[in-house]
Amino acid sequence: MINLETPKKFRRLVEQAHQVATELFRPNSRRYDRAEHVYPKELDMLGALLDGMNAGGGGGGAGAAGVRRNGGEDEGNRNGSNLATVLGTMELCWGDVGFLLTMPRQGLGNSAIASVATDEQLERFKGKWAAMAITEPHCGSDSAAIRTTARLDGDHYVLNGEKIYVTAGERAELVVVWATLDRNAGRAAIKPFVVEKGTPGFELVRLEHKLGIRASDTAAFVLKDVRVPRENLLGDPAINVDKGFAGVMQTFDNTRPLVAAMAVGLARACLEETRKLIEQAGIELDDDAPAYAQHAAASEYRRLEADYEAARLLTLQAAWMADNRKPNSLQASMAKAKAGRSCVEVALKCVELAGTLGYAEGEHGAGLLEKWARDAKILDIFEGTQQIQQLIIARRLLGKTSAELK
Amino acid sequence: MGIGGKTMGLGLRALNRFAGLALIDRLGLRKPAEKALYHGARLGFRGAGSLARGLGATQKLLKPARLARGSSSGLFDLTPTEEQAMLRDAAASFARETLRSAAAAADAAGAAPLEVLAGINELGIAAMSIPEAFSGVGSERSAVTQVLIHEALAYGDMGLAVAGLAPSAVSTALVLWGDEAQQSAYLPAFAGEHAPVAALAVNEPQPLFDPLKPQLRARCTAEGFVLDGVKSLVPRADQAELLIVAAALDDGAPQPRPALFLVEAAGAKLRYAAEPAMGLRAASTMRVEFDAVKLPSAALLGGGDPTIYRDCIRLARLGWCALAVGTAQAALDHVIPYVNERVAFGEPISHRQSVAFAVADIAIELEGMRLATWRAASRAEQGLDFARATAIARRLCADKGMRIGSDAVQLLGGHGFVKEHPVERWYRDLRAAAVMEGVVLI
Repeated sequence: MINLETPKKFRRLVEQAHQVATELFRPNSRRYDRAEHVYPKELDMLGALLDGMNAGGGGGGAGAAGVRRNGGEDEGNRNGSNLATVLGTMELCWGDVGFLLTMPRQGLGNSAIASVATDEQLERFKGKWAAMAITEPHCGSDSAAIRTTARLDGDHYVLNGEKIYVTAGERAELVVVWATLDRNAGRAAIKPFVVEKGTPGFELVRLEHKLGIRASDTAAFVLKDVRVPRENLLGDPAINVDKGFAGVMQTFDNTRPLVAAMAVGLARACLEETRKLIEQAGIELDDDAPAYAQHAAASEYRRLEADYEAARLLTLQAAWMADNRKPNSLQASMAKAKAGRSCVEVALKCVELAGTLGYAEGEHGAGLLEKWARDAKILDIFEGTQQIQQLIIARRLLGKTSAELK
Repeated sequence: MGIGGKTMGLGLRALNRFAGLALIDRLGLRKPAEKALYHGARLGFRGAGSLARGLGATQKLLKPARLARGSSSGLFDLTPTEEQAMLRDAAASFARETLRSAAAAADAAGAAPLEVLAGINELGIAAMSIPEAFSGVGSERSAVTQVLIHEALAYGDMGLAVAGLAPSAVSTALVLWGDEAQQSAYLPAFAGEHAPVAALAVNEPQPLFDPLKPQLRARCTAEGFVLDGVKSLVPRADQAELLIVAAALDDGAPQPRPALFLVEAAGAKLRYAAEPAMGLRAASTMRVEFDAVKLPSAALLGGGDPTIYRDCIRLARLGWCALAVGTAQAALDHVIPYVNERVAFGEPISHRQSVAFAVADIAIELEGMRLATWRAASRAEQGLDFARATAIARRLCADKGMRIGSDAVQLLGGHGFVKEHPVERWYRDLRAAAVMEGVVLI
């Protein structure tokens, strides 16, 4: 039966996440926005809590549970870890996106490991915080153009290259580095390698100063003859031209709904604060009166709320499809595209509606609107920009290859 | 074509054709051939007039019959039930085979062919929302099922869908809010093979029209009510036997409150004028004037309860949302092969990002419209508050639906502007989703 309400079984999880966001994230938001590159030590105690949430089967942490499409046993409609995770992510990012991105052991690298590692690797890397390194100075969206190389030498791979925009790169214990085994073999030769921090030649050279999500560190690395045990290559070492980029893509299929969920959570935070301000100003939001029979601010607010809701439902759809083992690459991209652009639009409009109360820095409530508007922009960029999502969607709808629709 | 038409008098022919016999059994349609008895009843008020006579023609119930409410498992779920899927598929097949091919001519003629309307009636849309006590086949009330059917039919053509669905809005309103006398008088006819023409008239010809503040006035008198005012864009109004009319009930209270009234056309001396519009032309929209139209006190629907009135406005808006989703899906499905086949500057235009991204945006926004509409309908059928969800769906379908209609024409260029392709019609029809109130009900 068609039902788009939050499943009863996850209500407790949502409440818990909301409490974390309220009690821990919000009160510290402004401090770590100002103190960029200072680790929010308050998050340490959360690590244990989230480990518990992830291990609980229902999932629901910050997304590091990844998605393993193991054989399914139950019949019928499933509400599982994907849905739980996006719901939890929405709540936590209602609190603070930057904190979510720097939660111990909840990195994108953890998601990659959880999604494509062998059982032995899963066991070996268990309980460690893993960041993800794909982007290089000359290539972002075009990840097939990666130049970092991996050369087999005895029992080790030797990695050389440069990586930027590594979220949680400073704080993580492991970095999943994407490198090519053969620069002439294209996408199929690009593989993920787990590199432990402290490995000789693996040097953190810089932390970025950013528009937003300042609580989350963004690192740049240089790899110079970094020797990585060959058993640290995640997944299949063979260069399989048919499967091509499956590893990266599989990871992205799983993380796009998560980033969409981050955007949804942030947008809700903006809308809630703005609604309070509008109502304080004596403007009524009427569900039944036509848009043009209402105050312009009320009408504008409803428009923003509508985009938010579309993004939220698309995100839940993508996660629900993953739970039910339906191919969701198209829906994951639609969710990411819609949520990414909507959260920027919503956040910026909310600042405008709130006036100087929204534009000026404050410690809480509407005073965080300007921060959320800065945080929002990255959500329409990382894990596939708006334009990349549109390419993915359009190619799929139109039946085009990447050579035809560039 | 049989089984449906003759032996059961339910005219679920199309459904039967596509869904097979299993569904008929499951819905319990097979048992009573005696339902054909109500064929007599359907003529009860046809042309004849008085409410009392209609009443006499059928059974009397002690209390109104309502449909049970579906109960959710509490899980998030986007899969229609097996029955919903079959009904939707039956409607979709009919839309593809019949509505789409009849659409251009009906648009030009400003009228829907009677056999097409009969075909829509045969899908059993009204019957399945009418309780068995009134010879319908409904057991559960499902707003979502209605949404899926509205969506599927509008995929064929919005104007024809509106013409065909308008009577079921009236029967659904009677099921939801009619008292026992009103239900007994009218409902059996709607379950039959020749359902009466009927319409839910809410719109009025005013700028910034607010359906919660209708100008059409219903003044209380000793005998009942006297109606004065004008309704706009009422489908097939001059042929309608029964109208449900939104009016401001003036009973001496400081503020008049909006309420719904049952108006039997025969004897009411309504004045009609053709009111063709930008789109929905197959629905033969008309303006209806009420000049001191006297109604008995039994004509007030739902006791004038303002919450019922609000629910009616919301359920109608969701009907328009579902129609917009169906038409927007038609636009997307038409645009994709076109941009792939159309060659400019040596390659298909779909190889250009400006074209491809427009297609991607249509798909993204369409899916958001659909999910928001489903959610509001699902909340309605579960008895949850659905005011905000409806407002959101309405806003999305008004804004994004129109954008999709406009982009579809744009992507076809000059070919989109001429009537060789249906996109110019969809452009005209999609504007309705923001303008129309009433008429359809999910």
